[in-house]
Amino acid sequence: MKATHASARQLGLVSCPDCHLLSRMKKTSAHEAAYCSRCGRELQQRKPNSIMRTWALVIAAMVFYIPANLLPMTITSALGSVSTDTIMSGVIYFIHSGSWEIALVIFTASVFIPFLKFVILIYLLLSVQFKSIRRPKDRTRFYRFTEAVGRWSMLDIYVVTILVALVKLGFLADIEAGPAAIYFAAVVVTTMIAAESFDPRLIWDVVEDRS
Amino acid sequence: MHQIACHECDLIHDIPSMPDRAAAVCVRCGCVMFRAQKDSIDRTLAWTFAGLVLYAVVVSFPFLAIKNGPIGNETGLLTGIEFLYRQGIIPLAVLVLLTCILMPLIQMLGLLYIFIPLKLNVRVKYAIPVFRLFKHIKPWSMMEIYMLGILVSIVKLGKMATIVPGLAVIAFGLLIFVLNFALSAVDEHMVWENLEGDL
Ligand SMILES: [Zn+2]
Ligand SMILES: [Zn+2]
Repeated sequence: MKATHASARQLGLVSCPDCHLLSRMKKTSAHEAAYCSRCGRELQQRKPNSIMRTWALVIAAMVFYIPANLLPMTITSALGSVSTDTIMSGVIYFIHSGSWEIALVIFTASVFIPFLKFVILIYLLLSVQFKSIRRPKDRTRFYRFTEAVGRWSMLDIYVVTILVALVKLGFLADIEAGPAAIYFAAVVVTTMIAAESFDPRLIWDVVEDRS
Repeated sequence: MHQIACHECDLIHDIPSMPDRAAAVCVRCGCVMFRAQKDSIDRTLAWTFAGLVLYAVVVSFPFLAIKNGPIGNETGLLTGIEFLYRQGIIPLAVLVLLTCILMPLIQMLGLLYIFIPLKLNVRVKYAIPVFRLFKHIKPWSMMEIYMLGILVSIVKLGKMATIVPGLAVIAFGLLIFVLNFALSAVDEHMVWENLEGDL
């Protein structure tokens, strides 16, 4: 692998987001789009409106995160009594029943990962907006991490889906998905799209422009 | 030899011909830009066909059975989704259906649609949009997370009832690996070069 010492942007090239073909960035007028000659995808030097879109999605996800954690995830009724479980009460249930590994897995996937994604994405957004040149490689690593782990937050949604089927058909109790489930799904989907909208190349643009 | 820009930091690299499965790592940000693949077409097709066979087993055999004293019942992969749907939480039912059942199928069918014509050296319509779609749905295919969900559910209900994993669960577990092998055998650069001019 041999690297040149310039980015595509510095050489006036643009990389196709789909097929990675490098094209010369033509000086087009504002409403004239350029398209990839190999796959036809519209070419843009950077993901459009990356910073604002990511902010909007992160804020939306943080709003959904509140009811997702406070409202019940499952509503169980057995022998006339109704009990509700939030994500945290589910975690506590597992700790009490001795399966602390499972408690840890659920806590990490449902509570910690979304929270960590908020922190990392906000940090990345601010670092780009304030034109930071510190640790670009580490920041890119953080980005890669948020992109990779976000999907695991779907875990609790799947657990609810499976429990509903088993508990009902095993006649253990009557169980339904609670209102938190839909908010929680919204958190996962919006944070995944948020990570997708952020363009890590912006981190490096600042570093290149400052050096 | 060709040039590509790292998709995470935009640095341009000259790509020489690389040994099989060697990873092209960006020298500036350290991300894996791609992995070289030998016999990409044959390997992708073989794993995809294996995956489709497993998929057929997953959807047609019992998934999890629950035994609660004298009561015993079987559930399929779709049972929980059906309950969510009947309860009226339709977006959630759709999300689970998409991420665990439809996306893996779309991925495999997409691979066949691209790779069979490549193998036969013929051209088909819409190959570019199909491959583009294939690329974009990757993060939304979440079978391995569902598998972890099964494990958690078994532990959770273990004290109240006996959960017996069915043939479909085993096939589901294998499918996770087989689909991953199929996906990692795909040589994207080779595919795009072959699709060039299909617009
Ligand atoms: Zn392209
Ligand atoms: Zn890079």
